Amino acid sequence: MTAARRADGLIQVAVPTWIYLPAAVGTLFVIAPLIAMLFAVDWAHFIPLITSESSRAALILSLKTATASTLVCAFIGIPMALVLARGNFPGLAVLRALVLLPLVLPPVVGGIALLYTFGRQGLLGHQLDLVGFRIAFSTAAVVLAQSFVSLPFLVLSLEGALRSAGAGYEHIAATLGARPSTVLRTVTVPLVLPGLISGAVLAFARSLGEFGATLTFAGSLQGVTRTLPLEIYLQRETDADAAVALSLVLIVVAAVIVIASAGRRLAGLR
Amino acid sequence: MSSVRVDARLDQRGVEFDLALEDGQVLAVLGPNGAGKSTLMLMLAGLLRPDHGRIELGATVVSDAAAGTFVPAHARGVAMLTQQAQLFPHMSVAANVAYGPRCAGQSRSASRATAQHWLGAVDAAHLADRRPAQLSGGQAQRVAVARALAAGPQVLLLDEPMSALDVTAAPTVRRLLREVLGGRTAMIVTHDLLDALAIADAVAVVDGGRVVETGPVRQVLASPRSEFAAHIAGLNLVAGTIGKPGRLRTTWEVEVFGTGEVEPGTAAIALFRPGAVAVHLDPPHGSPRNVIAVTIAELDVRGPIVRVRGIDQPDGGVGLAADITTSAAADLDLVPGKTVHFAVKAQEVELHAALPAIP
Repeated sequence: MTAARRADGLIQVAVPTWIYLPAAVGTLFVIAPLIAMLFAVDWAHFIPLITSESSRAALILSLKTATASTLVCAFIGIPMALVLARGNFPGLAVLRALVLLPLVLPPVVGGIALLYTFGRQGLLGHQLDLVGFRIAFSTAAVVLAQSFVSLPFLVLSLEGALRSAGAGYEHIAATLGARPSTVLRTVTVPLVLPGLISGAVLAFARSLGEFGATLTFAGSLQGVTRTLPLEIYLQRETDADAAVALSLVLIVVAAVIVIASAGRRLAGLR
Repeated sequence: MSSVRVDARLDQRGVEFDLALEDGQVLAVLGPNGAGKSTLMLMLAGLLRPDHGRIELGATVVSDAAAGTFVPAHARGVAMLTQQAQLFPHMSVAANVAYGPRCAGQSRSASRATAQHWLGAVDAAHLADRRPAQLSGGQAQRVAVARALAAGPQVLLLDEPMSALDVTAAPTVRRLLREVLGGRTAMIVTHDLLDALAIADAVAVVDGGRVVETGPVRQVLASPRSEFAAHIAGLNLVAGTIGKPGRLRTTWEVEVFGTGEVEPGTAAIALFRPGAVAVHLDPPHGSPRNVIAVTIAELDVRGPIVRVRGIDQPDGGVGLAADITTSAAADLDLVPGKTVHFAVKAQEVELHAALPAIP
């Protein structure tokens, strides 16, 4: 986006000079804590700290569960976004608000809600328990908790992309003889792919950082449900240096993902 | 046999169309903005569902509100060409044209051959490997024509296909359409008289969500009976009632003498060419002419001719026009806002029965 704006060379008239001051303050506000963390890291013991058994287990679990929940979000989020963007039935606005609820819900509350749904005494959990499925306090619970909080990110991003792409190309495809499923596969999805990817990246990053719902619904069992954020919180009580080192790892992983996807998006624009 | 039959109503958009189109005929749908022309296209394409009535394409009833029949767009064999070419941006030109054949089940290689054929037909074979973003507006619209034809539609719908093109590209596309539409059943929405003359066999004038006038192109343009058709044909139209034979009286008590057999007491229109009008500052006396006082709205210089356009008529009709020479205009010292007198000989005025009123 920025590249495109620079390329046309037009002078931006809606950016008065003074706006740069609060913008700079805001940028510092985001960057300063990251820099502070770099100063706090015990670099001499950095490698041993992040390669301890518990740290490695947490990092691997985090990457696995975040990947799984991104897939879950894509699997159910793409159809949801399609219905929200293209559907036309009464109550759609209410439905959209409900779907986006996890975005504004405190994650701990989300975790409690999940517990009363999928827990052993929960609404569905009781039935699942009878057929031998126990979800709460398992790795599956971690994935569920992460999917619950990340889903709105993917749905919102994709719905926006679908709306701005419009239905014009889809209509043309239909008049050329394409069935609805063919239109979806050959026209709709390819056109909103950048939006889908950025939505998936957001969902992955949100899953990676998930803490509250996971702790409430899945607990903190090393190698099973103790993801990186939980490990960091736990280490902070006993070994502050380890917590700082792991935090840096989390930041790097998140930054790599976000920057890589931004690079892709810019490449797509060119 | 008629190839397209529409008798359908859509309440939400306030339209009700009754229209038929013969096999192999090209119909131009003319009308002012917001008249419902595009709505008609969307109903035919299967992108809007009529509330009432039915639509037939060939022998198939594709939409029948009473019976609950509704054939979806992909199964109608109706290809659509819009203002914007709307080529799929993520596919090459060749893949765009091959899209219809692929959907119809052709193999990859067969569809590629079909695409090549149609790209050749629109003189765009050299563009096959390009991306749509690398095409000019005229090239893109030619490729869109190829894509629509490659789908092998029984009816082709064209929704103002030339209106977004610049003046140099439009004639090329118009010529192309004239070639490829020969013998096809097609409907073209346009506000450009040239399109109708160059491409269409018949004209339907649409206004206020209704078809107000239909007929062969020449007939409608030579003696239009609706205001819009008269306007685009460049004719003056005055509406009123026939009092005595050969005399039309308007609601604002102006009497127009003309020729033509219209039953006294019935609603009628008077038609005359702007070129037959003389402009005077004072009402001329003692000649067998019609004299109408007109307040000038605008002056439009067209080469050696100045078109003097009056303000809208008291009943809301388009203002009358007179074509005079530039020197005459200079002598008369015409400016907008000035009141002048339009004089036209009775022999130059045709009287016709008015269109039946829209219910």
